Amino acid sequence: MLTTRIIPCLDVRDGRVVKGVKFQGLRDAGSPSELAAEYELQGADEIAILDVSATIEGRGAQLATVRAVRAQVALPLTIGGGVHDISRAESLLEAGADKVSINTAAVERADLIDEMSSRFGCQCTVLAIDAARNAKGFFEVVTRSGSVRTGIDAVAWAREAAQRGAGEILLTSWDRDGTRAGYDLELIRAIVGAVKLPIIASGGAANADHMVMAVRAGASALLAASIFHFGEYSVATLKQELATKGMEMRI
Amino acid sequence: MARSDVYIVRTGTANVASVAAAMTRLNMNPCMTSDASEVSTSPLLILPGVGTLAAAMAGMRERDLIVPLRDRLEKGMPTLAICLGMQLFCEESEESPDVKGLGLIGSRIDRFPDEVRVPQLGWNRIDPDPSCRMLLPGHCYFANSYRLQRPVAGWATAMSDYGGPFVAGMEKGAVLACQFHPELSGELGLRIIGRWLELSMRYHAEGGISC
Repeated sequence: MLTTRIIPCLDVRDGRVVKGVKFQGLRDAGSPSELAAEYELQGADEIAILDVSATIEGRGAQLATVRAVRAQVALPLTIGGGVHDISRAESLLEAGADKVSINTAAVERADLIDEMSSRFGCQCTVLAIDAARNAKGFFEVVTRSGSVRTGIDAVAWAREAAQRGAGEILLTSWDRDGTRAGYDLELIRAIVGAVKLPIIASGGAANADHMVMAVRAGASALLAASIFHFGEYSVATLKQELATKGMEMRI
Repeated sequence: MARSDVYIVRTGTANVASVAAAMTRLNMNPCMTSDASEVSTSPLLILPGVGTLAAAMAGMRERDLIVPLRDRLEKGMPTLAICLGMQLFCEESEESPDVKGLGLIGSRIDRFPDEVRVPQLGWNRIDPDPSCRMLLPGHCYFANSYRLQRPVAGWATAMSDYGGPFVAGMEKGAVLACQFHPELSGELGLRIIGRWLELSMRYHAEGGISC
């Protein structure tokens, strides 16, 4: 049986991890490759690295980061942030990414999904959807780090992306992200019901119970950042707790 | 000890950085090749695979790699085939109905059934039969939409289950084919690759006779 993946996410700017990380024993907690290696030791199933650089220099550092992390870990690597065309995706794959996640660029030009999928395969093509509840009562796709409300229905967008060849959806609730109030289960159920792809749930997790609920809502994988970074849980203790709660884990 | 060269076949479709990184971690020297004579003669060869069967076969045909690769596999020379690399052994695939695979085994590759989410992305348990000398039990990382359903006579096999049983890996002599990605399967994956390297070294030490 396929286990539920636990995916620590590193936010990286100009080659450095930006969110405060409080681990014992790391020489340099700002180094993506050291942190990724620590997560691998703890039992992470995959590593996600989101580049939040705003500058061209920062984007250059992204490739160096991917190479450094690739040399350290024998786990799947999902890389996102600033991917606007197929040549950038290819550079990331050549540097050692296994999957590339696209978000705003795909909303602005949906053909990018088809291009990536036909060139690299659906298993490399992750569509990140950031969604927020709106006044009209549906989940609306937001882009540009939440600053643009697109008016697009997230459920319809997920369906379209699946038809265009996306292999996985990284689903972030913009309402819950950073709130520690738990994943938006209604959002997960809506997307899980709309497509047959694996769904990675993101945004709002503060404890193992939140994660159990997301899996029961249909999520195939769980992405989290702050609960690991702040040392509340190690990946190992989280997976142990999820296993005792009946979740299928790789331990 | 000098680092041995491991040749990784560039079919033009595969992402090989993860495979190369795993080899470096195992103290080997990864080299890329799309040269027919290297594919024929290199002591250690890896056939990675990402993308479609049609694209990979076309890439290999363009570089005249099909005959040397098939010969090498029929002789049982040390070869590690990964993911699509394993599917290339088959006669045909539902994924690319008009294209023939290498035909090393007579099987056909089919898509996973509709009851499960496709692609299969994640860690699934593999169970090797007792005759396996390289494959080990445990969780390995898969990224596939198509799979071989039944074991092939003459090959030691590890099975897994996703909407029904499927072949997770198979081995014969110094040829190892993995549907999963050993290079992305953490410590267990590296141990499996390490066992392939050991068995391959023994194969060469014994004068190339398949053990």
